[in-house]
Amino acid sequence: MTLKGRVLQSVTVLGALLLIVAGCSRDSGGGDAQEEKKTVKIGVIAPLTGNLSELGLGIKNSVDLAVRQANEKGTVPGYEIVLAAEDDAADPATGANAANKLASDPQVAAVVGTLNSSVAQSVAPVLSKANITQISPANTNPTLTRGPKPDDSPKRVWPTYMRVATTDTYQGPFAADYVYNKAGFKSAFVIHDKKTYGQGLAQTFSKRFEDDGGKIAGTETVNENDRDFGAVVTQVIGTDADMVYYGGEYPAAGPLAAQLKERGFKGPLMGGDGIYASDFFKGAGDKGEGTLATSIGEPVSELETAKQFVTDYQAAGFKESYSAYGAQSYDAANIIIQGLAKVLPNAQSVEAARPDIVKTIGATSGFQGVTGEHTFDEYGDTSNRALTVYKATGKEWTPEFSGAFET
Amino acid sequence: MDELIQQLANGVTKGSYYALIALGYTMVYGIIQLINFAHGEVYMLGAFIGLWTFNFGASAFGWSGTSLAALVVVLLMATLVTPVVGVSLERFAYRPLRHAPRLAPLITALGASFALQQLVAVFYSRGQLAFPDLFPNTSFRILGANIQLLWVFMVALALLLTFTLTAFIRTTRLGKAMRATAEDPDTARLMGINVDQIIALTFIIGSALAGVGGVLAGMYLGQINFFMGFIAGLKAFTAAVLGGIGNIGGAVLGAFLLGILETFGAAYLGGEWQDVFAFGVLILVLVFRPTGLLGERVAG
Repeated sequence: MTLKGRVLQSVTVLGALLLIVAGCSRDSGGGDAQEEKKTVKIGVIAPLTGNLSELGLGIKNSVDLAVRQANEKGTVPGYEIVLAAEDDAADPATGANAANKLASDPQVAAVVGTLNSSVAQSVAPVLSKANITQISPANTNPTLTRGPKPDDSPKRVWPTYMRVATTDTYQGPFAADYVYNKAGFKSAFVIHDKKTYGQGLAQTFSKRFEDDGGKIAGTETVNENDRDFGAVVTQVIGTDADMVYYGGEYPAAGPLAAQLKERGFKGPLMGGDGIYASDFFKGAGDKGEGTLATSIGEPVSELETAKQFVTDYQAAGFKESYSAYGAQSYDAANIIIQGLAKVLPNAQSVEAARPDIVKTIGATSGFQGVTGEHTFDEYGDTSNRALTVYKATGKEWTPEFSGAFET
Repeated sequence: MDELIQQLANGVTKGSYYALIALGYTMVYGIIQLINFAHGEVYMLGAFIGLWTFNFGASAFGWSGTSLAALVVVLLMATLVTPVVGVSLERFAYRPLRHAPRLAPLITALGASFALQQLVAVFYSRGQLAFPDLFPNTSFRILGANIQLLWVFMVALALLLTFTLTAFIRTTRLGKAMRATAEDPDTARLMGINVDQIIALTFIIGSALAGVGGVLAGMYLGQINFFMGFIAGLKAFTAAVLGGIGNIGGAVLGAFLLGILETFGAAYLGGEWQDVFAFGVLILVLVFRPTGLLGERVAG
């Protein structure tokens, strides 16, 4: 070896040693006196991109807020909570990939999500296999908790799946009661987009509306990506319907409402929580005026218990609004954090504690959240059945009527 | 009966903007046998350029809703800007591959399609955007059907542009050059025709027509979004095949037929059947007439 080579070699070795020393000192010197905190992750699976991202980002940010607050207060002793948000693009297959990714991470204890019932159908089985608790802030399809026959022979599908949103079993009928008894519409044309959510909602609405004494003037389906509703609007106008009920989401509901109005239909369009989004007005423009929507819970802006949440959310400086499910997501995250605080201090590892976490969170009772009180029943549904009807006025949703649904 | 006529009107109106897109597909195919899958995005860009122009005019000149000046400027902008996109596509995505195997330009076409979609999604908006009512919201009754003035305008404009295009191809020197290039590009070049220019011209005309289609669709549907070009492009391509790809009249006939079939499918068989019905008919036609309805390869 030449002299030059040897010098170079020793300089390299010296450099490497220096780096190691620097690394060590940063590890030990930089840390506080208290012992190192372990990491536990709370996942989020929601549409963070695409059509429904307004709702999805609201979910993610609200969970983020709950996590930040818990870390500040040290709610889960010995653990630092980390948010692990995954995008499901409102697509079942993408959702399943996201679930697999979270399930393979041993630090993930629980997941808040999904937004769409159809995505939950592919996410819940994956998380269930890994014993990961899942709380949805928004899924309203009854079959997710009570099985394929939710009314006649309910049977729990996934022990790990719970939700703080009430279901279409109540949302559809709540809407039907409102339009028949309070708004005075007697004949409705029902349209849905064939997705799990839209179809379920349309069915429960129709059944109750007929039981109330109303008439279903017709039922029709549309494709989720259709934007030309000329054919179906013509059919609606050909009947004696005085309103249209739509089971589906705002990307199609916006143009549908606009085209109904353009072609001279006088009655309103009504939908569920899937159209209750401010982006509805981007698609519908001024023609969305008068549209009705139900949504789960009571209006966050009017809830006494949600004042602090709204203030904190705004103070946290998120770019997007908390949107329709922010308060529910915040509650879901806090139910999870409460469960983690009970289980994790005595657990070996996050992964080993997963079954206990499922059990503890499943037994949540009398949780006081910003959306009211939540107790999970034997199927994983919440006892909270608060619903609100909103009306589109001046390109905004204003609360019309709130109540808890009674069968 | 009233409803039948109403649905017919719905279908014909839908066909009018399918036709404007289908013309570009069929012209490009006729001349270089390329299925320009990015053509639907040119239509989408037409709608976005229209909306952008309107928003600009609204803040600069106080346009509000219905205004003839706004309509003319919006349509002009869409027809002026979309050709730039079309020609760039041809120059950078297709011309370098003109002598490559057939599949290569097809792949670049798909790539360009995704790229244009995402450009709009990232730099403009991912959401649904309401399109202004540029046209007076007047309607009248014919045979018991409620017909809006806008629909008449759309169909009339689509037909007018088709006839102008046909006349252009039949009677002018450039039209003759286009026909010659479609027939045999190599011989055309020997005859002193600048083939590259003629192909670029085809893209310019096709894109301008799609741009008009985008603005019309925006007004008709009241709403636009960055992926609107994908499905509309697919439908227009179908219309071109139905009518006989490479044939101008065929594309327009196919487009109106497809619009009507879809509307009837949705109205009388249910929304889930609209595509099944329309594509079922397409398959039937192709079984009995593999070249499409008017497909005797006039230009190909």
